[in-house]
Amino acid sequence: MSRGLPTSGSIRRRLTLQLVGSAAFLASLLFVIVLGFTRDVSQQTHDSILAASATSIMDSVSVRSGEVSVDIPYAALSMLGNVSSDRVFYRIAQDDSVLTGYADLPLPDGAPPRGQPRFDTLHYKGDSIRMVTLARRVSLNGQVSDVVISVAQTREGQAAQLAELTRNALQLGLGFFMIAAFLAIWAAQSSIRPLAELAEAVSRRGPKDLRPVRRPVPSEMIPLVTSLNRFIERLRVSLSRSEDFIAEAAHRVRTPLATVRTQAEITLRRVERDENRASLREMIRAIDESSRAAGQLLDHAMVTFRTDSLLREEVDLGALSRELLNRLRPIAELKDIALHSDLPQTPPLSGDPILIQNAVRNLLDNAIKYAPSESDIQVILRKEGAELRLSIIDEAGGFPSGDTDALTARFARGANAEGTIGSGLGLTIAREVVEAHGGRLTIAPSQATSGPPAASPRREGSCVSLCFPMS
Amino acid sequence: MRFLLVEDNLSLAAAVEDRLRMDGHVVDHAPDISVADDYAATADYDLILLDIMLPDGDGRDFLKAHRNRQGTTPVIVLTARSEVSDRVGVLDLGADDYITKPFDFSELEARCRAVLRRHGGGSSNQKRFGSVVFDPMAGTLNIGEKTVSLRNKELRLLEIFINAPDRIFSKSKLVDRLFSYEEDVSENAIEVYVGRLRKHLAGSDVEITTVRGLGYRMSLA
Amino acid sequence: MRFLVFSNVLTVALRVISLFCLAGILGGAAQAFEIEDQRRFGPAAGAAGADVLRVLSTTDTDLLAPLIESFLRSRPTVVVDYVTVSSSELMRAVVEGDAAFDLAVSSALDLQTKLANDGYTRAHSPAGRLRIPDWAVWRDHVFAFSQEPASIVLSPAAFEGLEMPRSRQALMSLLRRYPNRFRGHIGTYDVETSGLGYLFATQDLRTSESFWRMMEIFGSLDLRLYCCSGEMIEAVARGELAIAYNVLGSYARARVDLADRIEIVDPQDYTNMMLRTAVVLKGADRPDLAGAFIDHLLRAAWGNQRDPAYPFPRYATAETSPTAALRPIQMGPGLLVFLDRLKRARFLEEWRSTVLQK
Repeated sequence: MSRGLPTSGSIRRRLTLQLVGSAAFLASLLFVIVLGFTRDVSQQTHDSILAASATSIMDSVSVRSGEVSVDIPYAALSMLGNVSSDRVFYRIAQDDSVLTGYADLPLPDGAPPRGQPRFDTLHYKGDSIRMVTLARRVSLNGQVSDVVISVAQTREGQAAQLAELTRNALQLGLGFFMIAAFLAIWAAQSSIRPLAELAEAVSRRGPKDLRPVRRPVPSEMIPLVTSLNRFIERLRVSLSRSEDFIAEAAHRVRTPLATVRTQAEITLRRVERDENRASLREMIRAIDESSRAAGQLLDHAMVTFRTDSLLREEVDLGALSRELLNRLRPIAELKDIALHSDLPQTPPLSGDPILIQNAVRNLLDNAIKYAPSESDIQVILRKEGAELRLSIIDEAGGFPSGDTDALTARFARGANAEGTIGSGLGLTIAREVVEAHGGRLTIAPSQATSGPPAASPRREGSCVSLCFPMS
Repeated sequence: MRFLLVEDNLSLAAAVEDRLRMDGHVVDHAPDISVADDYAATADYDLILLDIMLPDGDGRDFLKAHRNRQGTTPVIVLTARSEVSDRVGVLDLGADDYITKPFDFSELEARCRAVLRRHGGGSSNQKRFGSVVFDPMAGTLNIGEKTVSLRNKELRLLEIFINAPDRIFSKSKLVDRLFSYEEDVSENAIEVYVGRLRKHLAGSDVEITTVRGLGYRMSLA
Repeated sequence: MRFLVFSNVLTVALRVISLFCLAGILGGAAQAFEIEDQRRFGPAAGAAGADVLRVLSTTDTDLLAPLIESFLRSRPTVVVDYVTVSSSELMRAVVEGDAAFDLAVSSALDLQTKLANDGYTRAHSPAGRLRIPDWAVWRDHVFAFSQEPASIVLSPAAFEGLEMPRSRQALMSLLRRYPNRFRGHIGTYDVETSGLGYLFATQDLRTSESFWRMMEIFGSLDLRLYCCSGEMIEAVARGELAIAYNVLGSYARARVDLADRIEIVDPQDYTNMMLRTAVVLKGADRPDLAGAFIDHLLRAAWGNQRDPAYPFPRYATAETSPTAALRPIQMGPGLLVFLDRLKRARFLEEWRSTVLQK
């Protein structure tokens, strides 16, 4: 029933993509934040080491004999060598004159900082350097001087550290992303599961199961299940109305027919004249034909209705046939038709017992109607491979060969049906039922059947077979 | 045989009653369930013909109650409803058979006969006429030591005659009684069956005589 | 048309002439800095300019000759032009750029470090699987190819009856106890003139606070100053010195002829080790050859195979480390500190007042 339903995307795929996309976004965000943060920390670390170096030099500044004297501590520069192998430059100046160090070390813009170290990123000797500048006011012979100390180093060590940090942050981001993606896929899968479970539960129902869906579902699916139940209810009501309608229609057609027939029979008994008698008989015949036709039409409607959602129960074809034979025996006896049966024990069929009974009854009815008085009808059941074959063999003169398919066409009447009441709808019904069960109806002259030889049929007849596949 | 007919359609009921009486049976007609209950309580019936749609209730309830009372009388249900939905219902509830309206009286007759036979209609049903003993249930004719099995139409023809001996039946009447309306037969078909009966009765003191222009009559020779 | 051709020819001619002049000037200028020694290794009278590796070094030619020869053995077309200068002259030559060399080899680790720090050197990636200790390379510019201890050379004769001091504490307590025995018989480098002497002394000061105390003791005992390790070793052998402090241990050990007259002590408290280093100069014409030679030196110094051409004693890698008693001088910007003008001035001032007691 779900052939070629139009699909509009997939919830699972959309959910997965959205979750994975969010994970990617968050992972990138995490990467960027972590990187930014660690870069800051790295810069600060390097800067604080530079500041420590400059500070230790500044601490060694003293005034000796009217001059500024600096005793650069060994550690001031060796500590920079411990952290990385960057090139190191320094300059110690008093006001505008350079006391010692690299005189061409670039000056930062603006006034020398007081108290707090000041950091700049500049260019020197072909490389990018990070420089710290400290200033302190000293008093020389009553005059105020600024001692400015700058310590700088190239940024290769920092760059290398940043590269490693970036690598680490990237790995962190990727790792996080992969875990998140995995979780996303799992979450999408498990969110969809209730839908799949509901679908499976509903599909496991039989065709006649129109109970409302009562299994617990997530709250988001309540509207769906409620609509489904409402739909099921409407369908159930509609179906039972159809069933009631068919039953009601039968009653409404047959009751007036019964009345008319009764009146006709009563009148017939009172009438003497031959032509009046003939008319009345014809009238009664017409009523009987209408009644039978109505019955078969309603049968056919019922069959169509039931084959749409075929019930699957265990059907014992032999027992069913035996019951039908018992029921129809009185009718057959009226025409002195002998009903013979050969119904061995067979494995059960899977199908609708009412439909199968309907089909077989229609065929037997047909056989009895068309067979001449004092003839034989045989009902034989055989297992052939994976099929069960029920054959009804009569002596009703047979169908002219080449006419078999046309006969089962609606309302067609066989050539030997002259003068006999009944339409070909009986065969149509039988064929529709057997085909709904995956089987077929075959008609052949009784002598030509491949089945067991008939009990010496005296006259020409036909063999109508229903072949049902076994489950 | 004593029949109880529970049917609210009066013209149909009248027609059935007529037909059954013609066959020599006794029929009580109840137009609804309450009357049917009264009749069933006071008399013993050989067969109940029960309609489903009754003015004061569903015939199936009557059926259920009847079975609960250990009533063993066989029941044939007359129904106009679709066979499919009611079949299982009525047979499971205890009906012996059912027939759908409108029905052929021959079919009703045949079903009654079948049900009664299954139910074990005893030899109390045998009819005597002269030296002939006729068992309508078994469908046999005993002439002295000889037992003859009769075909359906022969059987019914004999039944007609034996229930009204010395009465003249016209061919047309016999055709009405013997053949269903779909069997479009001429009146001469009767001759065949009368001939057969005469053959069976040969050697007994019963004979069927032809009354020219009027019909046939069975009488003691 | 002909005028254009003529003017082109003229331009080219002028270029050629100016080149020759420049070459002349440069050639002449090349003689302007003080060379101690110059030797040419390789195929004699080879084609000028082809495959010449010009090495500027402070190491005696004789000391490195075997290594140079073994280097050239597999390079028949290469010529090594080896020039020996003093360490300060090397520094000046490179910084002022008046000499064009490919490779600079020096025992003045601090000066080599400054060359690298100030951008006068090129980076070099040592070949493949050489396992060089991390402290032997700075920035892939400065490569150490030897470790030579600053040892104390003692005269066994002068310590007759006394226990030879194995550590500085032992030395100092010995000197305090027998000042007169050793007065005037202690010698060390003149740090004002010797670069290596300055390096050893400042590294001593960096390593231990007791340096000035020891210098004070030396100074009070009429410390004698020398220019070089060789002279100090011979003075000890002659009996002039009882103690020679901060002598280059590798030189002392190389003087096997004096082996019974000198005792070489690597102080147990700590012994600083000088690293002889090589750098590829920035303006090198043949940086490839310079790099190859450095690799050759490194292989001889640190490789698994013992190279007979290697002139210095080797130490097991576990024996020498920045934290062991035998500690290689740490490479890096720290070495710039004592090169600072003011710092140097301060040190020398202190030195003079302590050691010379003037």
